[in-house]
Amino acid sequence: MERFAALVDSLVYTRSRNAKLALIATYLREMPDPDRGWALAALTDGIDFPAVKASTIRNLLTERVDPVLYTLSRDYVGDTAETASLLWPEPLAPVALPPTVAEAVAELRAMTRATAARELAGLLDRLDANGRYALLKLATGAMRIGISARLAKVAFAQAFGVSIDDVEEYWHGQASPYLPLFAWAAEGAPPPRTDQLPLFRPFMLAHPLDETVVDMAEYVAEWKWDGIRVQLVHVAGETRVFSRSGDDISGTFPEIAAALPIDAVLDGELLVRGAHQGGEAGGAASFNALQQRLGRKAVSKKMLAEYPAFVRLYDILIDEGEDVRSWAWEQRRAKLEAFVPRLDPARFDLSQVVVAESLVDLAAIRERARDDAIEGVMLKRRDSPYVAGRRTGLWYKWKRDPLLIDCVLMYAQRGSGKRSSFYSDFTFGCWDGDPDAGAELLPVGKAYFGFTDEELKWLDHYVRQHTVNRFGPVRETDRSLVFEVAFDSIHASKRHKSGVAMRFPRISRIRRDKPAHEADRLDTLKALIAD
Amino acid sequence: MIADFAWIRPEPMGLHIVPADAWIDPARAVDTALVTHGHADHARGGHGTTIATPATLAIMAVRYATEAGAIPVAYGESIALPGAVTATFIPAGHVLGSAQILLEHAGERVVVTGDYKRRADPTCPPFEVTPCDLFITEATFGLPVFRHPPIAQEIAKLLAARAANPARCVLVGAYALGKAQRVIAELRAAGYRDPIYLHGAMERMCRLYEELGVDLGDLRLMADVPKASLEGQIVVCPPSALNDRWSRRLPDPITAMASGWMRVRQRAVQKNVELPLVISDHADWDELTRTIEEVNPAESWITHGREEALLRWCELHQRRARALALVGYEDEDD
Repeated sequence: MERFAALVDSLVYTRSRNAKLALIATYLREMPDPDRGWALAALTDGIDFPAVKASTIRNLLTERVDPVLYTLSRDYVGDTAETASLLWPEPLAPVALPPTVAEAVAELRAMTRATAARELAGLLDRLDANGRYALLKLATGAMRIGISARLAKVAFAQAFGVSIDDVEEYWHGQASPYLPLFAWAAEGAPPPRTDQLPLFRPFMLAHPLDETVVDMAEYVAEWKWDGIRVQLVHVAGETRVFSRSGDDISGTFPEIAAALPIDAVLDGELLVRGAHQGGEAGGAASFNALQQRLGRKAVSKKMLAEYPAFVRLYDILIDEGEDVRSWAWEQRRAKLEAFVPRLDPARFDLSQVVVAESLVDLAAIRERARDDAIEGVMLKRRDSPYVAGRRTGLWYKWKRDPLLIDCVLMYAQRGSGKRSSFYSDFTFGCWDGDPDAGAELLPVGKAYFGFTDEELKWLDHYVRQHTVNRFGPVRETDRSLVFEVAFDSIHASKRHKSGVAMRFPRISRIRRDKPAHEADRLDTLKALIAD
Repeated sequence: MIADFAWIRPEPMGLHIVPADAWIDPARAVDTALVTHGHADHARGGHGTTIATPATLAIMAVRYATEAGAIPVAYGESIALPGAVTATFIPAGHVLGSAQILLEHAGERVVVTGDYKRRADPTCPPFEVTPCDLFITEATFGLPVFRHPPIAQEIAKLLAARAANPARCVLVGAYALGKAQRVIAELRAAGYRDPIYLHGAMERMCRLYEELGVDLGDLRLMADVPKASLEGQIVVCPPSALNDRWSRRLPDPITAMASGWMRVRQRAVQKNVELPLVISDHADWDELTRTIEEVNPAESWITHGREEALLRWCELHQRRARALALVGYEDEDD
């Protein structure tokens, strides 16, 4: 555990990506199985101990420390595991040697809700503050130390000199502590077999177009639908629906999983039937409608009937066992066009190509598409193979310009993680009438990004200087600062007092120049409601 | 009988000693100021009369040229103020010259700590526990997560990082008054004899410390030497210079910062610190609470810092306390 704790600590303080990779790679090379596998699982969020929750840790602490002092400390530190590691009362005499990662994992796995508090306390007593931090991060399965799963996999590839694409490919059939993966990479054993398993293949992703200019002779355009990107895998009689992060969501969309009877791997956009789009046959509803279906473990018949899902197919990766990912987009497209007619048209259709001679034409077409279901357009190089992740020059996304509104800062809350102790979560409002005639501000949204680090410092300072009230970690400000807020769309909502809910709100600009009473009114916002 | 201490009034700009019409560490220029120590948020220039320890006045003179109207009061000595108030300056152990101020009036004793710590510091005399009726304490690190480790452990971390990286230099961000000199003095105490290089902004204060009798060993200006000769060396700079363009003149520096805030990982990350050194010139949680117990006042007032938690501790220990809302003391760089 000491080496793992030291690794976690160094990673927290290391800025350079290469230095992080080197730290992880060294650890993976030098530590034995299964410790290194468990560590890798922790870094890639591939580990879960259901008996240990943030609340377990909170309860453990508040039995030992005054709850008010605990809460004040937690608010300040911004991280439960770190707060607990610092507040934990050290045993007067050393209890036992620190556990290895494998021992800690074995104990954590054996815990039940009933035993977790006592057994976790026993482990904490065997560790110093750094060790306690690493253990609690491991136990709650949320490292949040700025290491993406991807980075850890790249480090794994570097540690043993194997290709990252192979690592991504073999990863998904494996469970922690990944012994076959280490046997393959570190000891030259044959790679784990993947062709007969319903495995997730890493998605191909797009760069934002920004300032790039592409030649439309080399690229093809498609609509970017506002649903969720999914991958469908059927092999050996089993079908899986994977989300963009590789999570299996087959249970949430059983009608989709049941509708693919052919061995294949397909890439598409999951949408709900509706009337919010034009242009193509078979309408799609707004993201709001799809949201009703997301995150549900059991799906009622009513849900299936009211929000029927379908997939608009973008690409084909494997066709009856034949891996076509190395083929050019145009060739895969031909395969896909031949494949789609074999599927139930109620559940699958083909993403249409948008015909445009030039980027200027495309811009005009994109501007006219004000439908909720369209986020913008995708540009795909005609000869692009299907490769994992974002590759420069192959695919671009060109999103629609956002909607803008001026709001007044009302409340600020301290952030977590990187922004711990900074006031970084902002709630803002619009006037419910004429502010000079006694109108009130009603909260219309909350945003915690869109500003630079410099602006964050300025905002934090501003909040501290303009606080009129405190509610725990939340400060109420004197309602003097105007934000220009950008958002993608707005919907009517019964759950919000203002009656509206924004999608993707972010701080577009800080309008220090604008007096609060000149901020927008609720009516202006409501006029933008699309559904 | 419960005293009400009506002759001491907390105002947003500082503590007002009403019968003497004098202020302690006022945030604006006033006729008569008593200054606990030389940090800029406590010692502002432009007062008619400034009463402080000789070392604090020397520090202020370097910064503001306030010789006019300066009245030195040595540790253990008292000065009579108008309105039958007596003020005595007592070591606070925070930085060179730092003092607690004991105020006596109408049979009541009030101690204002200014900033203080209880740990040994080779650059200034230690804090002295002074019995009083009202104890006005700082609370910069007033949360139980703040427990500063022994300084020897942090100095060892610094020396180990230097030894492990012979091609890099260790750049230590440390507040220019107090922290920098303490880190240097502790490095010397740990047996480090090599030259220590200074950012230009550290020079005056280090020289002043030496003039006032604190030996800091071989100090050199970083600007005077070529980049390559700083490999494997220790350079001390103000925290603001750590991520400044200035630091690009150093050979691949390991960014270290000596501050009590380094106890919280994300505070170090926010400042792009690679090597956090938990070294503070303020009392940590244990020191703050122990000091209240040892001073054992009838009442405590808690200022500048995380007042809420210390207030809660007083409540749990059945001690009378209140939090004061004084503005302007921000020890973010400590």
